Amino acid sequence: MSGSAEVEGIPPRPVPESSPYGEPYWAAAVDGRLVIQHCPRCDRLQHFPRPWCTACLHDELDFVDVSGRGTVYSCTVVRRNPNPAFATRVPYVLALVDLDEGVRMMSNVVDCAPEAVTVGARVRVCFETVDDTHAVPCFTLDPEGT
Amino acid sequence: MVADQLGVRPSYCDVVDLGGATATGMIWRAAAAIDAGVCRAVLCVLAEAPDPRPGVRSPTWPALPNAQWERTYGSLGPNSGYALAAARHAHLYGTTDEQRAKVAVDQRTNACANPESLFFGRPITVDDVLTSPLICDPLHLLEIVMPCFGATAFVVARGDVARASTNVPVRLRGFGEQVSHSSLVSMPDITRTPIVESSRRAYETAGVGPGDIDVLSLYDCYTITVILSLEDAGFCAKGEGGPFVADHDLTYAGDLPCNTHGGQLSYGQAGLAGGASHVTEAVLQLRGEGGARQVPDCGLALVNGNGGILAEQCTLVLERGDA
Ligand SMILES: [Zn+2]
Repeated sequence: MSGSAEVEGIPPRPVPESSPYGEPYWAAAVDGRLVIQHCPRCDRLQHFPRPWCTACLHDELDFVDVSGRGTVYSCTVVRRNPNPAFATRVPYVLALVDLDEGVRMMSNVVDCAPEAVTVGARVRVCFETVDDTHAVPCFTLDPEGT
Repeated sequence: MVADQLGVRPSYCDVVDLGGATATGMIWRAAAAIDAGVCRAVLCVLAEAPDPRPGVRSPTWPALPNAQWERTYGSLGPNSGYALAAARHAHLYGTTDEQRAKVAVDQRTNACANPESLFFGRPITVDDVLTSPLICDPLHLLEIVMPCFGATAFVVARGDVARASTNVPVRLRGFGEQVSHSSLVSMPDITRTPIVESSRRAYETAGVGPGDIDVLSLYDCYTITVILSLEDAGFCAKGEGGPFVADHDLTYAGDLPCNTHGGQLSYGQAGLAGGASHVTEAVLQLRGEGGARQVPDCGLALVNGNGGILAEQCTLVLERGDA
């Protein structure tokens, strides 16, 4: 865990509205596990969670653990954000990460100088606690990652 | 509401929202309704008005579906989304900040010949763009649209009605539309837009190609949008958009006139009416009413509308209709 980013007077990160199909994702994150929605009928992974499989419309989906390792598909340093929750975070890295399992997700690359994050960099998951029921999967640079 | 205010009793009413592709999307829908015999003329209206609530000073944007999964990470929606596309394009193809800045500079030159543009009389240089603040790397402030308030309206009419008008008619010669995704994570390659499909259909239905086009109106929410549009609409190969804009003069006096009104970058983006400015500018150019920025011998225009983050594309081929 990369711990809580709670700062006096600063609102926490906004978290997604609760939904039956998203809940297992957040519950796993609180446990320090990254899981991705999986369709048992066509054996496909999809992110973000949805009520059904976008490939075959099967609506009884499960979640599988993934390695938490991936590659930066693209990244940007966000230097301004009017949302008070991000006032003390700027500049921060917003990235699209391709997990080794073939799923792309949006996330932050944290615990490094923003300029150190480049397209193609290897990363691995970490978790930032938001509240009792939410931890947010983020990523750190993983230069040893293969 | 518009019909009531104008005292019109329409036989066809519709609401279109394809983001920045709304105006171009309205035109072929209106033409299809006319072709179906539902009506003879369609008034299309797009507007962005100030929010009446106290303290709300800028246009409000609806959240894209699935935005909740991105807000957690401080996604800014378009600003960060287009920055991610620009960063990937730079990584894959070596596109430089200077090349993207050239788009903003050429369009500002166009705006300086258009008294109605927001930045009329205020030319800029590549240095000005590159020294403006970084908002989302690699995008600088002057690579991003200027939101404003305003409205645009145009009439799509049956041929005989148009020919009876006092204006030089402009014909919808071809169109294509393609929507590919909502969330950016669902876009397989963020440097390849559905303009590939929408422009191909527009060319096919019009029976023309990129080489036949006299003036371009390409939706420009960011500099990178114009570069991706030029590539995907077939003006240069994928990845060559950076050198292409550096080597071509995109001003009204240049070899490839593009966004001759200044584009949204310099004319201003009045919400959905922003994308309508690309339509009205193409119509003015085709009619020969471009004033100081008129492109000579202008017979054929390509207009592209782009909505969401490179998601919704609608491309038109417009032709001067009195030839
Ligand atoms: Zn499935």
